[in-house]
Amino acid sequence: MTAAVEQRAASSTGSDWLKSRTVKRFIRHRLAITGVIMISLITFMCVVGPWLLPYNMLEIHIRDRFTPPLTGDYLFGTDEMGRDLAARLFMAGRISLMVGVAAMLLSTLIGTVIGLVAGYFGKVTGTLLMRLTDSFLCFPQVFLLLTLAAFLQPNAFMITLIIAATSWMEVARIVSAEIRSLRERDFVTAAKISGASHTWIMFRELLPNTVGPIIVAATLTVAKAILLEAYVSFLGYGIQPPLPSWGNMLNNAQQFLDTAPWLAIVPGVAITAAVTSFNFIGDGLRDALDARSDMP
Amino acid sequence: MNELPLIQTADLKQHFPLHKGLFGGQGPVIRAVDGVSIDIPRRSVLGLVGESGSGKSTLGRAIMGLSRPTAGTMTFDGIDMARASSSELKSLRRRMQMVFQDPFSSLNPRMSIAETLSVPLRFHNPGLSRSRRKDRAAEMLERVGLPGQYISRFPHEFSGGQRQRIGIARALIVQPDFIMADEVVSALDVSVQAQVLNLFGRLQRDLELTMLFITHDLAVVGHISDFVAVMYLGRVVEFASTRELFSNPRHPYTEALLSAAPSPKSANRRKRIVLKGDIPSPLNPPSGCQFRTRCPYAVEDCSHEVPKLRELSPEHKAACIRDDLSLAPATQQ
Repeated sequence: MTAAVEQRAASSTGSDWLKSRTVKRFIRHRLAITGVIMISLITFMCVVGPWLLPYNMLEIHIRDRFTPPLTGDYLFGTDEMGRDLAARLFMAGRISLMVGVAAMLLSTLIGTVIGLVAGYFGKVTGTLLMRLTDSFLCFPQVFLLLTLAAFLQPNAFMITLIIAATSWMEVARIVSAEIRSLRERDFVTAAKISGASHTWIMFRELLPNTVGPIIVAATLTVAKAILLEAYVSFLGYGIQPPLPSWGNMLNNAQQFLDTAPWLAIVPGVAITAAVTSFNFIGDGLRDALDARSDMP
Repeated sequence: MNELPLIQTADLKQHFPLHKGLFGGQGPVIRAVDGVSIDIPRRSVLGLVGESGSGKSTLGRAIMGLSRPTAGTMTFDGIDMARASSSELKSLRRRMQMVFQDPFSSLNPRMSIAETLSVPLRFHNPGLSRSRRKDRAAEMLERVGLPGQYISRFPHEFSGGQRQRIGIARALIVQPDFIMADEVVSALDVSVQAQVLNLFGRLQRDLELTMLFITHDLAVVGHISDFVAVMYLGRVVEFASTRELFSNPRHPYTEALLSAAPSPKSANRRKRIVLKGDIPSPLNPPSGCQFRTRCPYAVEDCSHEVPKLRELSPEHKAACIRDDLSLAPATQQ
């Protein structure tokens, strides 16, 4: 009789309960959905856009220099050499987004592994790793980035490595803090009694319980990485012309700010839109993954 | 009864130093478990009672090998845990399993019940195939009174009592000889407590398990255990068979505990012994008998020497110097 009651209690909660609640909360988050739509749009334009436009990003039309936006075939106008700004913007977007996402993946990987090991082992290993993390955090990130960029060859691959190498610390700290609280839970002791290895406990018992905070941090890292790539390229250490990136397009635009302001406004808006969208998504994910936000 | 007890501890001590400052040196030490010698005979249940902070759980963890004892030995089936080789230790680990207090933190929320139950098999019976493991898990789930098809569900879909059953299934799936149950029913409703206790009792008889049952609830102890050890401030103050302990307590602390247990019959309610104050700090325990500061029968001599756990009759030991007391038994239940 009581067993039957217990059974019913268990079956009344559907198996996707947690998942659907989280998804619902995310969908209700307007800003986050705006972010998703904007990012999808930007990505779509960057992927497909260059094929739809009549001109190649490197094609020079010397007679059409400084054409304002929405003139003739030029959606966003042309630059000082008469190259189609729209084509350049979309190609630059490919590079900037790719660098952003790749740097996020790499830095999240580094941060997660370091945080996991530091949080799980604690004691000497943990202290050493977390002090290393702190020592990386001591330097302003932009200077660290520029120093590294000055020594290495500036191309998309290197920029990705450099950005990843200077932005893994936040993830490491988040993960290590999470792990330190999780490893005291009884299910970890149970795994130890079950004879589980350290690797098993770290990657199978603990890590799946930290995906939420990691995803949030990773999303915000994409925004940061896009911004950092723009910084470095703006300062001339990043992606080198004629290959466009949103950062070096801005750099190029400074000298024509009064005569052809669209040269700065167009990539500027693109960066702002991408970065704020990723930040909105990050905030939305954070709220959606936090079950407490469901309470009135 | 001349068989070797399955679990034997000899003068087991678990001290925790409190580090002070950078060059701390020898700081104060918390004596959580301070010289415990108990035997748990095969196929019997030892109930370990005591109030919060008496060192019950610390003793349990030391017995399970989850912490390295400061001093003393812990012997399982004649093998000294501290001296066992790593291969011996691995097989010992399989033979001793544990059920936890909190049914909500003892199951990994991201693992299905099948995965949770497979973990011990994966490491202790590496030969088993994935499907064999799953079959065993389903069998075990039925054995603890849950339908086998619940195996693919996740912990949040179960009630506290059901989770505790899953915890029991996880402990039993590797066919251990010894189970340590640490306050396993204290987080449950009374009606569910009874079900889980009955399950423990049935499994213990069917599988001939040896058990250490840690609890602060004397009614639970009376229900399930063959022997009872009463702990106070890191030491065992009385050890007896359950019937003997309830009918003829020989330590004033046991008497106080028994009098504090609620009785359903108001007719035979008697004077309740209310102990003064709190349990003293294990950082700085009182001299002599540790209970003397709260003991209604304390005399001058109690402060001089730590009383030994003396054998008063077969299967009854107490650590009190006053043999002249006639202490009140538990009310008849």
